[in-house]
Amino acid sequence: MAFVNPKKKEVQVKVVYYGPGRGGKTTNLEYIYKKFDKRIKTEMVTIKTHGDRTLFFDFLPFDIGTVNGYEVKIQLYTVPGQVKYDATRRLVLRGVDGIVFVADSMEVRREKNILSIKNLQENLANYKKSIFKIPIVLQYNKMDLAEQGIPLLPVETLEKDLNSQLKTSSFEASAITGKNVVPTMKKIVSMTIATIVKDLK
Amino acid sequence: MTYTLGQEQLDSMEEILQEHLIDVGVRCVFLIDMAGNIIANKDNGKIKHDVYSLAALAAGNFGAVSAMAKIIGEGEFSLLFHKGKKENIHFNKISAEFLLITIFSNEISLGFLRLKVGEAVEKIKKILDNINTP
Ligand SMILES: Nc1nc2c(ncn2[C@@H]2O[C@H](COP(=O)(O)OP(=O)(O)O)[C@@H](O)[C@H]2O)c(=O)[nH]1
Ligand SMILES: [Mg+2]
Repeated sequence: MAFVNPKKKEVQVKVVYYGPGRGGKTTNLEYIYKKFDKRIKTEMVTIKTHGDRTLFFDFLPFDIGTVNGYEVKIQLYTVPGQVKYDATRRLVLRGVDGIVFVADSMEVRREKNILSIKNLQENLANYKKSIFKIPIVLQYNKMDLAEQGIPLLPVETLEKDLNSQLKTSSFEASAITGKNVVPTMKKIVSMTIATIVKDLK
Repeated sequence: MTYTLGQEQLDSMEEILQEHLIDVGVRCVFLIDMAGNIIANKDNGKIKHDVYSLAALAAGNFGAVSAMAKIIGEGEFSLLFHKGKKENIHFNKISAEFLLITIFSNEISLGFLRLKVGEAVEKIKKILDNINTP
């Protein structure tokens, strides 16, 4: 839950990138970090294994300017996607304000995406939050792989699998090339801010 | 959804941190919630740590240790202490939602620090009890 500090005129907002392992969550944050290096004064924090997999989370604090006179600090997190890390995923979700679900568009990952979004729903429920009420944006990542002839899921299939009930914004993206990475982030930030702006008086 | 604390409450918490911890030689202290938000922080002005990253890591670290406690059938570990060559970090749980983190050098003994942290925690608890926690 976002913390509003009236003394510093500051609000801290937590946005979590969720999704199956290897889907591109960390790559999203790395792209944002590179793209906005002038505005992000601190280092990106990553806790990973030797094999470069996210072990606990990545963390990137990001100042987006002021809203109603409050300085907004967006804290971007990723979760570890591997099934076995469910306990750590749940920890990262604590106090979450907005979610980007990064789906892997590769045809072979269809089942993994579906399981991961179910897992998100369950883990949110654990904090008495509903996936239908929290601000959430979908990202269909790795669209660049089509050029290499790798079979991808048609967007209609991704929409049907992941967005038929949520009916939220979705972006076809490539975290590697940066396509739609920033629009995804901007969308979740604006949706999240919209839910808290009434508290910034 | 958001939650907040009043200016007065934040002022008095910062005063407590200053008086009980910074003034006795602690380098840096911050009060965070378990989501990783910073509620209040104070330092001795000599060092500038990246407090937002520290808060995120501290909340994760404490959460991980609490989860371990549950697995081994221990209700919780309310204190955590990491010892370094020069710098040390001390975690003290204030309530289910809040944590006090203190960074101090070897010039302060752990016993003395604990005493001071204990005093500060008691006072802060009273302030936090009066708000709607997240
Ligand atoms: N071709 C392609 N590869 C990607 C893309 N995004 C991530 N990857 C690669 O997929 C692998 C897993 O990415 P990572 O960000 O670590 O996934 P995470 O487990 O969700 O954090 C890495 O080798 C990335 O380089 C993308 O948009 N296109
Ligand atoms: Mg990762």
